[in-house]
Amino acid sequence: MENQAKDEKGKFDKENHGLSLLMYRENILDLYKYPHNFGSLNQATHSHREFNALCGDDITIKLIINNKDNKIENIKFQGSGCAISMASASLLTDEIKGKTLKEIETIDKDKILNMLQIPISSVRLRCALLCLDALKGALK
Amino acid sequence: MKQHFPIFENNPELVYLDSAATTQKPKQVIDAITSFYEKENANIHRGLYGLSIEATKKYEEARKIIADFINADENEIIFTSGTTHAINMLVYTIDSLTWTEKGKGKNEIVLSEMEHHSNLVPWQQLAKHFGYKLKFIPITDNFELDHNKAREIITDKTAILSITHTSNALGTINNAKELINLAKQKNPDVITIVDAAQSVPHIKIDVKELDCDFLAFSGHKLYGPMGIGILYGKKEVLDKLRPFHFGGDMIKSVTLEASEFQPVPNRFEAGTQNIASVIALGEAIRFINRIGLSKIQDHEKQLKKYALTKLKTIKNIDIYHSSNTDNTSSIISFNLKGIHSHDLASLLNDYNIAIRAGHHCCMPLMSALNITGTARISFGIYNTKEDIDKLCDALIKIQEVFNK
Repeated sequence: MENQAKDEKGKFDKENHGLSLLMYRENILDLYKYPHNFGSLNQATHSHREFNALCGDDITIKLIINNKDNKIENIKFQGSGCAISMASASLLTDEIKGKTLKEIETIDKDKILNMLQIPISSVRLRCALLCLDALKGALK
Repeated sequence: MKQHFPIFENNPELVYLDSAATTQKPKQVIDAITSFYEKENANIHRGLYGLSIEATKKYEEARKIIADFINADENEIIFTSGTTHAINMLVYTIDSLTWTEKGKGKNEIVLSEMEHHSNLVPWQQLAKHFGYKLKFIPITDNFELDHNKAREIITDKTAILSITHTSNALGTINNAKELINLAKQKNPDVITIVDAAQSVPHIKIDVKELDCDFLAFSGHKLYGPMGIGILYGKKEVLDKLRPFHFGGDMIKSVTLEASEFQPVPNRFEAGTQNIASVIALGEAIRFINRIGLSKIQDHEKQLKKYALTKLKTIKNIDIYHSSNTDNTSSIISFNLKGIHSHDLASLLNDYNIAIRAGHHCCMPLMSALNITGTARISFGIYNTKEDIDKLCDALIKIQEVFNK
């Protein structure tokens, strides 16, 4: 039993693997089960679908952008994928809703990883960044 | 058994359930590579000194061991870098067998829905460039090939039949012999190819009994090193096949205008081969032979049975495995409802459990099953029931967290 407790701690301390048990301390699982801004959007002005061929993640982002002030009035995403891809899409859509295109220009890989707040290994990076690629595709 | 595999000495906590991707290597195989480079390294065939003569002897000895392993003749064994390479090389020049006067009007290539991309994409390319039509034998609800449909799909126009012997995603062992017979009844000149990458390490393969024209497999799934694979070809068919690579070692004589090639199989091995890996693959087969393939098969069968029974007790699990377990290999694909297979594999890593997740290079199969991927476990001779217990305990813990 004592050994097991030590092992559990060991696992938490390990930071070099994608989705470690660390994720449970964060909201990732909640966002996976109850994603934010999930669904379709009628009258979207911009949309884009992005795949991750490696694991089958599939995200479509739809936006309504007001062409007068370039503000993102609404944003939704749909699709299926792993916890990381779903959680990062929730976080990204939360982050940019109501902002202007100018304000979101600086959103990049580091920003996404910062929002996720869990260590992401190289093999899972694509999962985390799929939503960003979808967003960029939509805004092209 | 684990004591023969240094990886477990260096990773004592490792629960390795990914042998279908690559097996771990016994010390004997690793030693064979080291020993070759330390004591015997020389290029083969034309060297007139002791080391080269010895290297050539060992290289050809390995060919014999490999040939015996699948009941082929030595001159029917061509060294490649792996199964993918073997199939690709064949596709480069298979037109010399099929795009002939006799082959006129025979424009169909028959594959199955459960092919690995390596036995699908090369044929797509051939079809594209030569105008062949691709046809696919579908799978049944029990994850097996539908032989009734195969009887309609394979016709007298079938020029090529290329079929996986064991599905890398489902573990289903196909009745390749029956399909080959069927194809030969419809078109006696059909060229039949078997992708045996997932079979050779687990069940006895006899190319004479299968009566296939070609058969491909990889060394690294067979306890051998990476970068070495085999293309078996029936001697009389190889005699007609145009070589795919040209250059040194495959020629008998060369003038500025033309060349005469070596006989089979050397004409298919241009350039310096992966000699150390060939020798080490021979050593891997010696290792398997010493244990006995039937013993390995029995062990893996027990494990599979145990794993299937235990996995079935886990709630909300979908298992993609034929109920006809006499015809399945020790590969089990599954999903836990509500947990993406990649999340599952990442989380199992925290328990030092190595499994594979995703589409397993079988995207059309995943589409047919209406899923994006699976979690896949596969066994080797070093696995134990304890490994499966650890897996199942971890799966339950992960489920608890996900369903909190």
